Amino acid sequence: MNTLKTSTTMATGSATPAAAPTGPAGEPLPRRSQISPIADAVAIMDQIPGGGLILTTVEAALNWGRASSIWPLTFGLACCAIEMMAAYASRFDLDRMGIIPRATPRQADLIIVAGRATIRIAPIVRRLWEQMPELRYVISMGSCATCGGPFYYDNYSILKGIDQVIPVDVYVPGCPPRPEALIEGILKLQEKIKREPILRQQAAAALRGA
Amino acid sequence: MALRTEELMLNMGPQHPSTHGVLRLVVTLDGENVMDVQPDIGYLHSSVEKMMEHRTYVQNVALVDRGMDYLIALNNEQAYCLAVEQLAGIVTPERARYIRVIFDELNRIASHLVWLGTWAIDLGATTVFLWCFREREMILDLFEKVTGGRLHHVYYRLGGVYADLPEGWVEECGAFLDYFLTRVDEYETLLTKNPIFLARTKGVGTISRADAIAMGASGPVARASGVAYDVRKAAPYEVYDRMEFNVPVLTDGDCYARYLVRLTEMRESVRILRQALLNLPGGEIRARVPMTMKAPRGEIYVHTESPRGDLGIYLVSDGGETPYRVKIRAPSFSNLYALTEMMKGWKIADVIAILGSIDIVLSDVDR
Ligand code: SF4
Repeated sequence: MNTLKTSTTMATGSATPAAAPTGPAGEPLPRRSQISPIADAVAIMDQIPGGGLILTTVEAALNWGRASSIWPLTFGLACCAIEMMAAYASRFDLDRMGIIPRATPRQADLIIVAGRATIRIAPIVRRLWEQMPELRYVISMGSCATCGGPFYYDNYSILKGIDQVIPVDVYVPGCPPRPEALIEGILKLQEKIKREPILRQQAAAALRGA
Repeated sequence: MALRTEELMLNMGPQHPSTHGVLRLVVTLDGENVMDVQPDIGYLHSSVEKMMEHRTYVQNVALVDRGMDYLIALNNEQAYCLAVEQLAGIVTPERARYIRVIFDELNRIASHLVWLGTWAIDLGATTVFLWCFREREMILDLFEKVTGGRLHHVYYRLGGVYADLPEGWVEECGAFLDYFLTRVDEYETLLTKNPIFLARTKGVGTISRADAIAMGASGPVARASGVAYDVRKAAPYEVYDRMEFNVPVLTDGDCYARYLVRLTEMRESVRILRQALLNLPGGEIRARVPMTMKAPRGEIYVHTESPRGDLGIYLVSDGGETPYRVKIRAPSFSNLYALTEMMKGWKIADVIAILGSIDIVLSDVDR
């Protein structure tokens, strides 16, 4: 309800008062928020009885798809990246979970920050993260990416935690974390993705941005 | 009218799937031809040399695992422990020295397997990657049974090793070696006579013997150019002087030669391992070294043969519990010098093949 109200007020606020949309015969067309189809759909679903249930079901289906095909960026920084490679390779085989590494951030929705990030590489990690399309996730793999590591706490060149430059969803501890630990982290991320009210979030984001 | 052309500057990295870490290459291109390549390093500088000055000699064993080349943790520990032991005059028991040779060579094989797998995937041969990592996992299992770690072990101690080999490990390792030799032949069936692989590597990225020496290249890169130098032969440490093995040397100096050298090295490592397992003596595994060990005032330079080349450690002690200064001579760093010379005049697609063939690890370059 609330969403709908906001959207209509904002739409009327921005539209020119003179030109109300009309059909071929001059009849007035049904009003639309003109902001985003998702925002409209969510608003309509919220109005009709049982719409919330349908919305949740659609969200569950979408989230199932997203969680089962997380595409991470191939980006390794240090030692932890070797364990990440081992997780992709024969024994642990992340492919069976729908995880296929992509070489460009434009196609990736997950960045696994594997290893220690120096202060010099930090802006580049940030830029890669910014290049990824929205609904992106970050796994911080290893103690170094999480907090500067078990060894690099008193050092001048290592960033004390990648969460100083990008927001992290899942922290995987270890030095290095075993591939099993990384898989556990990815399962945690899948849980998180499956819980997200993605349509409502997107509608709210669209309204915020409008 | 003449067509106006100009050179193009291309940035490769730091995020690039084939730079094996965070290397940035500034490539100057004329059409497809590489005119110049300037590596830009320092994206993984973890100031390990400085940090070692603030930790005791005993603690530093854990640091060299990670701060130096992370693929060869045990070879790093070998170089570091050897330096401190020689400086402080610690005598390692016989059994520990054999165990160290065993683990050095196993780690060499594991490192070469990572190199072969990732290089092959750069050249488009995905299967090799999966096969190499299959065998590597077996080596890591062997490591894990003894050291408890897969990648970082902290297994060597000043004056020996941390734990003895568990029961049945020697037989298991022997069985793995038999199996592994058949697998190396299998890799060869995929690559050695593969026309695509040959076209991409044979004659590509050559460096002459004189250039290799002038650039300070070492290890397989130098040996593929005809430099018959291996620290294990030239200045044997631990018990390498009792082992019988050949050092593969080729004279072509191209990517293909570097590939062949490393493949042969894996086979030679198996030979060394077999001898070490067979002659493994009993007895102590560790000399008594106090936790608060102080090295006498002085300096020392020790070098060992790491999978990437000549790995040296220069250590200065002022008589305290921590080193006064540590300098690491990293083989990847020196091999990187040769890169520009290798790449000039080749096509842009060859950049990947040549870069992969020198087996670079950025943690070793930047330290
Ligand atoms: S957490 Fe440990 S293994 Fe991972 S990058 Fe840091 S030092 Fe290396």
